[in-house]
Amino acid sequence: MSSLPSYLSLPERIWHYVFLGICAAILFFLIFPLLVIAPLSFNAVPFFTFTKEMLAFDPAGYSLKWYEEFFTSLNWQGAVRNSIIIAFFATIISTSLGTLAALGLSRPDMPYRTLFMSLLISPMIVPLIISAAGMFFFYSRIGLQGTHLGVILAHAVLGTPFVVITVTATLTGFDNNLIRASQSLGATPTTTFFKVIVPLITPGVISGALFAFVTSFDEVVVVLFVGSYKQRTIPWQMFSGIREQISPTILSAATLLILITIALLTTLELLRRRTERLRGVSPS
Amino acid sequence: MNTVKVNSVLLTADGTPLKISLARAQRRSKIIAFLMVTPLLVFITIAFLVPITDMLLLSGNNEIVQRILPKTVETLQNWDETSGKLPDEIVFAAMVEEIKKAKIAKKHTRVGQRLNYESSGFSSLFRKAGRKVQKIKNPPYKEALIKSDKRWGKVETWQVIKQFSGKFTDGYYLAALDLTRDSKTGNIESLPSKDSIYLKLFLRTMLLSSLITFLTFIIGFPISYLLATIPTRISNTLIIFVLLPFWTSLLVRTTSWIALLQQEGVINDFLILVGLIGEDGRLAMIHNATGTVVAMTHILLPFMILPMFSVMKTIPPSFMRAAISLGAHPWRAFWKIYFPNTVAGIGAGSILVFIIAIGYYITPALVGGSSGTFISNRIAYHISQSLNWGLGAALGVILLGIVLAFFVLYDRIVGIDNMKLG
Repeated sequence: MSSLPSYLSLPERIWHYVFLGICAAILFFLIFPLLVIAPLSFNAVPFFTFTKEMLAFDPAGYSLKWYEEFFTSLNWQGAVRNSIIIAFFATIISTSLGTLAALGLSRPDMPYRTLFMSLLISPMIVPLIISAAGMFFFYSRIGLQGTHLGVILAHAVLGTPFVVITVTATLTGFDNNLIRASQSLGATPTTTFFKVIVPLITPGVISGALFAFVTSFDEVVVVLFVGSYKQRTIPWQMFSGIREQISPTILSAATLLILITIALLTTLELLRRRTERLRGVSPS
Repeated sequence: MNTVKVNSVLLTADGTPLKISLARAQRRSKIIAFLMVTPLLVFITIAFLVPITDMLLLSGNNEIVQRILPKTVETLQNWDETSGKLPDEIVFAAMVEEIKKAKIAKKHTRVGQRLNYESSGFSSLFRKAGRKVQKIKNPPYKEALIKSDKRWGKVETWQVIKQFSGKFTDGYYLAALDLTRDSKTGNIESLPSKDSIYLKLFLRTMLLSSLITFLTFIIGFPISYLLATIPTRISNTLIIFVLLPFWTSLLVRTTSWIALLQQEGVINDFLILVGLIGEDGRLAMIHNATGTVVAMTHILLPFMILPMFSVMKTIPPSFMRAAISLGAHPWRAFWKIYFPNTVAGIGAGSILVFIIAIGYYITPALVGGSSGTFISNRIAYHISQSLNWGLGAALGVILLGIVLAFFVLYDRIVGIDNMKLG
């Protein structure tokens, strides 16, 4: 990309740079909305835009008060706690049930595979508003509406398709002879499971669990319906914040969430490189 | 002959024929596979499928009239609604008695509310009747009830009650499709276009979703092409620009678009700063369809880029080189060779984006105003504000039908087994 072949004609060269310009503009479009949030969150006045003081880099135009608000207000701290609790338990449920089901679905003699697969990933396809409304009615009737358990179960449902899909994907092309070999060498089914199957599916389980966690952590429609103020999560708090009193505290929360996302992506990338190094393959 | 046959059957170590033994082992294996899927299947069924089905059934449910006015409904069966005459005294007697009973249980307003969806005025009619019937002690009930409110003396009132007294109704679906049934003739007619809300809303949802899908395609294609053709070392870095928004909270992205697009927001301030618009010429880019389209295009872009990228990565660069070396102009080589190879990725990405877009709720609710909301927002309104659950459910069934139809298409093109994430 850096050095163009010498045989290219002038129009081709020009087009090449135009194309790169277009791509740069698109990348800017993708990333700019995330970058703009951070400086705005240090605004000294409760506006969603850059003030004259901020543009002049006057220290008086900047302030940490929205971060202080975030870390001291009961609303936000409760939201952080609820988000973590709900996402944690929902992830445990969806990862354990989803992994087991994916193992079953990947067995070569699983009957009605496509039918079960469609049923199990249906929570991902049904529009969230329909799922939320359905769960709202049903959970109200059995007394789960407005409880942590209700929201956890609802989020576990939404997270399982991701686990099923990622674990099934790691198992495609799985050589069943490995199991036969292990058994013929005298391993019990338990030993086979822990020594042969688990190491092979672990990457899929981890990324599925990650998806499930993020799904729950980021989910708002179902929480709005199945939960109440007591189950407020960070997205819930942001949603009602935007609707009611718009305060830059939302921007400070958003900045912190972006930092968490960057940390998460970096960890994933480092893990990926490590796996590749261990496998001895160059990144492809 | 017989002995030969016995000898030809292979036996396993314990003496059972191999065929039977194998069948048994396979059956056991099937059962084990099924048992592993069972826990999740049970969980999904109880916590998801049953609630959804239960809610969707509300769209045809009309028990309320029969449950609260059972005798009235029964006696109305003998009344000929086309005769143009009022029902007999016996119907009025049943009605008065049942409104009295319902008033005590505080349920008479619910019948009124239900019938109000079909013909406005019923809500107030039943509320008023709840107050007045206490005074009606003796027959003739017919005159007394009509005296309390002359609407009871209209044939149309009773026609509506009789028409919507069945256990099931298609009334919600008719309403969801902007249709109405004439209470006299029973014919289904469409509402005048000024009263039609839902067809317009469905149409808008589909149009805006198509526009968003098209925009994500136009914007996503060059980037996918770039990522797929540059050296892996660089593309691994550049793809972060796609993955970071993808993994960032939806609310965060919507919030930043509010900060950017609003009247006192970053883009308007910037345009004023550079002198493109005046202070009084601030653009309205949010709380309308523009806001929804811009924000959703940004939010759904990764769902378009990632499938296209993964398809383009598999196209060998030698294809293009071969075409060019055979004399094709680079443009022609691109259109005739490269582009047709990307169609699978475009199809997968487009359907995915379209399916997600038509069911979207949060972003239209926050940035859509009144001209940029989707059918989902209307469903939410009926579920949590107007409490017309039947209509909300009917709209939900139609939306779900559209989504499932596109999902079947997605399954045909991509196959749910090949669905990949990230």
